[in-house]
Amino acid sequence: MSPKLILSCSTSALAELRSFIQLNLEVFGFSELDKHQITLAVEEVVANLIIHSHACNPNEIIHLEIKDLGKKVAVEITDKGEGFNLLEYEVPELRQVIEEKRKGGLGILLVKKIMDEIQFESKNGENICRLIKKFPPNFK
Amino acid sequence: MLQIEKVREGDVLILQLIGEVDASNSVLLDQSIQESLQPEITVVVIDGQELKYISSAGLGVFMSYVDDFFERGIHFSIFGLTQQVGEVFKILGLDRVIAIVPDKSTAIALRK
Repeated sequence: MSPKLILSCSTSALAELRSFIQLNLEVFGFSELDKHQITLAVEEVVANLIIHSHACNPNEIIHLEIKDLGKKVAVEITDKGEGFNLLEYEVPELRQVIEEKRKGGLGILLVKKIMDEIQFESKNGENICRLIKKFPPNFK
Repeated sequence: MLQIEKVREGDVLILQLIGEVDASNSVLLDQSIQESLQPEITVVVIDGQELKYISSAGLGVFMSYVDDFFERGIHFSIFGLTQQVGEVFKILGLDRVIAIVPDKSTAIALRK
């Protein structure tokens, strides 16, 4: 059975999210460094949803599921409401982040650099973002 | 959980970050830097030895000060990052914008 987590849309839930991801990546043979980075990528997407799509409303929820796809793992993030397709998001240049004193914009860049594949689909008011990472070469 | 210890040594301000910086507490980091920026400060050093994790929310705080520090002639650096946290700075290329140094004495020596 794939590990699942239901998260309240509050930034205080992010620590719980990190523990869940770290714990459940254990079985796939990732290094500590990989686990740290995948956890960060997932957190960036979830934090973005919590803040921008759900306005930190703790009564709203996000579903997470970690799926073994054979040679890769997918972290599936599902929410309802206004979808945020990060594939369409134009990542800012570093210089732009500095000049505009933006405190955001770096997160999606991290996700794109860390994950091997990102999928997004939106239907019937439900949005699914899949963050996919290949297993380490020496695993399985 | 994030704990921030501030140490002032003359014109040097050292902020030790203990724990994890994420979107729930990055505002504390921002406030801490803001409150501590007395006009006589010329060196701001982040002690990252006990920093276990930082997300873009925290990195964005540092980035928002880069130009300010430059304009005010403040030398800004970070030392003691773990390999995992240091790698996050490298992925984004932030190590080309912010001085990441091995230890405190190197950080303080930057003003010379």
